Amino acid sequence: MSLLFVLLSTVAWANAGGAIGAGLAAIGAGIGIGQIGKGAVEAIARQPEAMNDIRANMILTAALIEGVALFAVIAGILAMFV
Amino acid sequence: MIGKGVKCLLVAAFSLFCLNSFAQENGESNQHIHNQGETEEKKEETKKFDANEVIFGHVLDAHQFHFLSYTGSDGQLHHVGIPLPVILYSPQNGFSVFSSGKFHHGEEPHNGYQLVTQEYKEKLLVGGYSEEQIKGFRNESIIAVDKEGRPLEGVQVYDFSLTRNVVQMILALGLLVWLLFSIAKRYREQGSGKAPSGMQNLMEVLIIFIRDEVGKPNLGPKYNKYMPYLLTVFFFILINNIVALIPGTANVTGNIAFTLVLGVISFIVIMFSTNKHYWAHIFNPPVPGGVKPIMIPVEILGIFTKPFALIIRLFANMIAGHIIIICLISLIFIFGNLSSGVGWGFSPVSIAFTIFIYFIEILVAFIQAYIFANLTAVFIGQAFEGSHHDTDHHEDAVIV
Repeated sequence: MSLLFVLLSTVAWANAGGAIGAGLAAIGAGIGIGQIGKGAVEAIARQPEAMNDIRANMILTAALIEGVALFAVIAGILAMFV
Repeated sequence: MIGKGVKCLLVAAFSLFCLNSFAQENGESNQHIHNQGETEEKKEETKKFDANEVIFGHVLDAHQFHFLSYTGSDGQLHHVGIPLPVILYSPQNGFSVFSSGKFHHGEEPHNGYQLVTQEYKEKLLVGGYSEEQIKGFRNESIIAVDKEGRPLEGVQVYDFSLTRNVVQMILALGLLVWLLFSIAKRYREQGSGKAPSGMQNLMEVLIIFIRDEVGKPNLGPKYNKYMPYLLTVFFFILINNIVALIPGTANVTGNIAFTLVLGVISFIVIMFSTNKHYWAHIFNPPVPGGVKPIMIPVEILGIFTKPFALIIRLFANMIAGHIIIICLISLIFIFGNLSSGVGWGFSPVSIAFTIFIYFIEILVAFIQAYIFANLTAVFIGQAFEGSHHDTDHHEDAVIV
């Protein structure tokens, strides 16, 4: 039991939490941007003339989702160093 | 991080340094002992690569432009860079202005001030300070010290220096003003009838893009009033983003203070363009009565979260990009710590990844500038959006 406590106290929980949080954020961003890509490619397949509009909207939406994922990365960094 | 042998030698060097500082005030003798301690430390410069220090040394602010460091033939560490002016004010010592080269990268104090670096912090640790006391000092900050180099409590130092972020911002500002004023002059002389030439071509594409894709759709007929601000924000962020990609320059847009100010200015512009309907929607949202007590605080919070998201989005994107690039290059040295051969063998892989990420970062530079301008325009448009209740009631012909 005391070995368990010793083990628990020597693990760098802040670093682990920060890294796991950033990894989960990456999963979220991957899923979100993947769905944007799927929708965009399907829309281009249905209507190739609208390709430029669709591409512009796809990039804009992807950047917005990346912003949210990077919120989580910043929170992870804060967990590590603050 | 540092081996035991290195720590012993640092203790020896620092003790020699302190012993001679306490023993005599003679400047020349101090200099001699300091040099001796210095050469002993410099021989240990082949210490292990500290990725943390390299990464944060690159993305944070500093008092000089640092291009490279090399160990010369005399065994001393040479730094190649541009020292910048240090402007300090302390209520006890008044104003001090001097070049940051006088700090010699934190090796010696100057005029009672010391530049905090990793080496200085280690010296303090060895000299008996505790970890928590050291934690309070930020790298590259300037603290007041006494003659022996120990930090002075209670002396407040206000740092107004021209750090590398400030200098790069001024350079970007100069570039921005020169570019746009020269185009404006050409339009004033030739009018908009003639075909564009030279730099005008590129700028016109971007300006028309902002006007037609960002300004007009979001701001409707009032877009001309806001175009100066949107164009300024877009070009300033774009130029700072692109310049920061050049190795050796400062990371301006990846600095939370810079994006904070941009976000606050956008917030002020948004607030100044609100009208009655906007506030009516905030304090009386068009939702069923039961939900209103929940929606009103959410709406009030929403006023602040939108510019806050702008701030964090730009900051996080730019600093994450820079950290990724530096990490990929640092991988070479981290592997080099294991063995020289692995380090060399890994470098083509690392450099290939870095070039790939560099292209993505150039794209992100444009995208983030565009998104900041676009979202600011969207929020301004939402602020003075007229009442749309009147359009909801159509006079339909009722066919009974």
